[in-house]
Amino acid sequence: MAPVTMVEAIREALDEEMQRDPTVVLIGEDIGVYGGAFKATEGLLAKYGWERVIDTPISETGLIGAAIGMSYQGLRPVAEMQFIDFIACGFNQMVNFAAKSHYRWGGPVPLVVRGPCGGGVHGGPFHSQNPEMWFVHAPGLKVIYPSTAYDAKGLLKSAIRDNNPVVCLEHKFLYRRVKEELPSEEYTVPLGKLAVRRPGRDLTIATYGAMALNSLEAAEELAKEGIEAEVLDLRTLMPLDRQGIIDSVRKTNKLLVVHEDVRSGGIAGEIAATVNEQAFEDLDGPILRVTSLDTPVPFAPPLEERFLPQVADITRAARELARY
Amino acid sequence: MALPEMKYPLSREQLLDLYYYMKLTRELDEQLVRLFRQNKVVGGLYSSIGQEASAVGTAYSLEPDDWIAPMIRNVGGLLVKGFRPRDILMQYMARSGSPTGGKDGTSHFGDIKKRHVVSPISMLGDLIPVMTGVAMGGRYLGQKLVTMTWIGDGGTSTGAFHEGMNLAASQHAPFVCVVENNQWAYSTPVSRQVPLKNLADRARAYGIPSFIMDGNDVVAVYQTTRQAVDMARRGEGPVLVESKTMRMKGHAQHDPAAYVPPEMFAYWKARDPIHRYEAWLTEHEVWDKKTQAEIAARIERELKEDLEFAESSPLPKPEVAEQGVYCEGCHTIEAHWERPQAEVQPPKSSVEAAWTVTDYGGLNGDAKPTAVAPTTAATPEAAPTNGAGAPAAAETAKSRSAGQRAAKAKHPARAASQPKGRG
Ligand SMILES: Cc1ncc(C[n+]2csc(CCOP(=O)(O)OP(=O)(O)O)c2C)c(N)n1
Ligand SMILES: [Mg+2]
Repeated sequence: MAPVTMVEAIREALDEEMQRDPTVVLIGEDIGVYGGAFKATEGLLAKYGWERVIDTPISETGLIGAAIGMSYQGLRPVAEMQFIDFIACGFNQMVNFAAKSHYRWGGPVPLVVRGPCGGGVHGGPFHSQNPEMWFVHAPGLKVIYPSTAYDAKGLLKSAIRDNNPVVCLEHKFLYRRVKEELPSEEYTVPLGKLAVRRPGRDLTIATYGAMALNSLEAAEELAKEGIEAEVLDLRTLMPLDRQGIIDSVRKTNKLLVVHEDVRSGGIAGEIAATVNEQAFEDLDGPILRVTSLDTPVPFAPPLEERFLPQVADITRAARELARY
Repeated sequence: MALPEMKYPLSREQLLDLYYYMKLTRELDEQLVRLFRQNKVVGGLYSSIGQEASAVGTAYSLEPDDWIAPMIRNVGGLLVKGFRPRDILMQYMARSGSPTGGKDGTSHFGDIKKRHVVSPISMLGDLIPVMTGVAMGGRYLGQKLVTMTWIGDGGTSTGAFHEGMNLAASQHAPFVCVVENNQWAYSTPVSRQVPLKNLADRARAYGIPSFIMDGNDVVAVYQTTRQAVDMARRGEGPVLVESKTMRMKGHAQHDPAAYVPPEMFAYWKARDPIHRYEAWLTEHEVWDKKTQAEIAARIERELKEDLEFAESSPLPKPEVAEQGVYCEGCHTIEAHWERPQAEVQPPKSSVEAAWTVTDYGGLNGDAKPTAVAPTTAATPEAAPTNGAGAPAAAETAKSRSAGQRAAKAKHPARAASQPKGRG
């Protein structure tokens, strides 16, 4: 089997789920004839037809709303945001309609809204954001954020089968940069379970998305200095695998959280609070975090580089933590 | 006097049914006000007094399997769909026996499996795309359904309304949107919201047909909406129906509506939908005093029973707050297929991924590029809707643009075998 990129893995997930279940339908802007801005849905219109690969006007409120409506019919719509930033235009449908539907009146919304997120491609303030915490903070929604092609496929398949609305964040920098061979047989990756990407004894780095790659690179360098970092890829942010994080901290006694999301209100705060509550006695040092700046994502390359957490930032923080 | 001729004939039973639901809505409304004064209502209380015909006549034009999503002044629609006064009473009193078990109030509840009712959210406009989606989903599954929701005059100014209507139009969704023009959005009169006399004219922007009806004449409401529903069911795409009516109370209980000119209330009081219909039923000899008294007695009895039931329902247990955020195994989610599933699976579903573009977008609408002659601005179509303003007779207006007819013929979701793309 030839290695596949993350975006190809996503297409495979959509294709396989559409093949096995005719209730799976896709809806979005330019996803049909054009195959999607990033080609995640390429070829699916030809295969599944107009009724299942639905091109819409530029209407995020409209198309997310319609996807919610289709899900009330027992369908499993997968809505694409051309860039995840535009989910803000359909925010109300997400946090007030989809998220609260089951809780308020028992109306399940088996919906996935997926789209490219993240920086590092000089997309500027409106094509680079990481909006995961907008949705982690809206009970009723689930949030996944894969860092590998394998996970992207397996998590998306699970998300489609899940009976709840799931936001699937796909880092566009990784779309064609990560590549791996995928199993030829069918598989899924369960929501809510982190993956230990690299075992270690000296400190835990909890991270996800593109920062999982940066953290692994940092761990490589740290190993040369004799610091063995355990790298956790969270994969799902809601529900968060709190136990997985605690287990690792009990072993390493130190925790560094790395995310590309901005600092204030990022998930690092939630993780720190959880560890504080549940494993305070196990800590041998402060919980540190490496994050992007509390600013919009700037456009110019030197500014964006300053904004994004770099490998050197991670190694520096890890060394500091290892000294405790 | 014999019954007038009706395009969609209503039997005596149906005519009395309409009366029952309207009167029940009114009596329930008044019962809720009494409960509110006794401090038994949790939160605000929103009245639909004056709008009973508008909610009941529209919902009554649907088939049992059709879907609705009521807004707060459409309690009558919920009753037509089979919910009972006790459901609404318990919702307003936040009791555990209410359809949401106390998790939400007012008319914010629904029933996906049986009654096909989608619960609204407070944010105005968001139901328009959602009910468009229910319609699209139903069509895909092969159901011959129509979906309907209501929106106030005020709600038509939201972005969600516009996106939803345009999406419904571009998808030719079997969807009927009832715009309840009750003259006020909270304290703001229509004239300060929209520079349009008739909200039905909004439909022109989406290239879809629209109607204006006298929302206080339940027979007219039924006849007009029924025509819209039939059009949608035939696959002619969404229809907008404007109901001219009046909110006869403040926005909610707390609001004395001092901003409404007293003469305006007087004008509409003389057109009260229930009194008008009572006179109509008498004039056309549909009922006699005895039947009227029987209906009144039935409503009184039912409301009394439901009130007792509702008041005996306890408040929900605190731990319920933690339950049900996620749907984990508590529902089976099944689509209701009315067409062979194989029809939508490859290779049958395969199409060529290409657009058919026949309109090059030139000024003269020709498919072929031609020399461009200087022109003046395009003249708008003659106004299709009734410009008269005051409540108009049913079916006064209907507009449909040439563009909509053209698009209709091409829409891929309409034909099982789609030749190419759509233009
Ligand atoms: C998006 C949104 N903004 C504001 C409100 C607050 N609000 C609730 S009802 C209302 C007035 C609605 O007027 P209209 O749509 O005409 O309905 P009516 O109350 O007359 O039935 C407003 C402003 C809301 N519910 N949703
Ligand atoms: Mg109004």
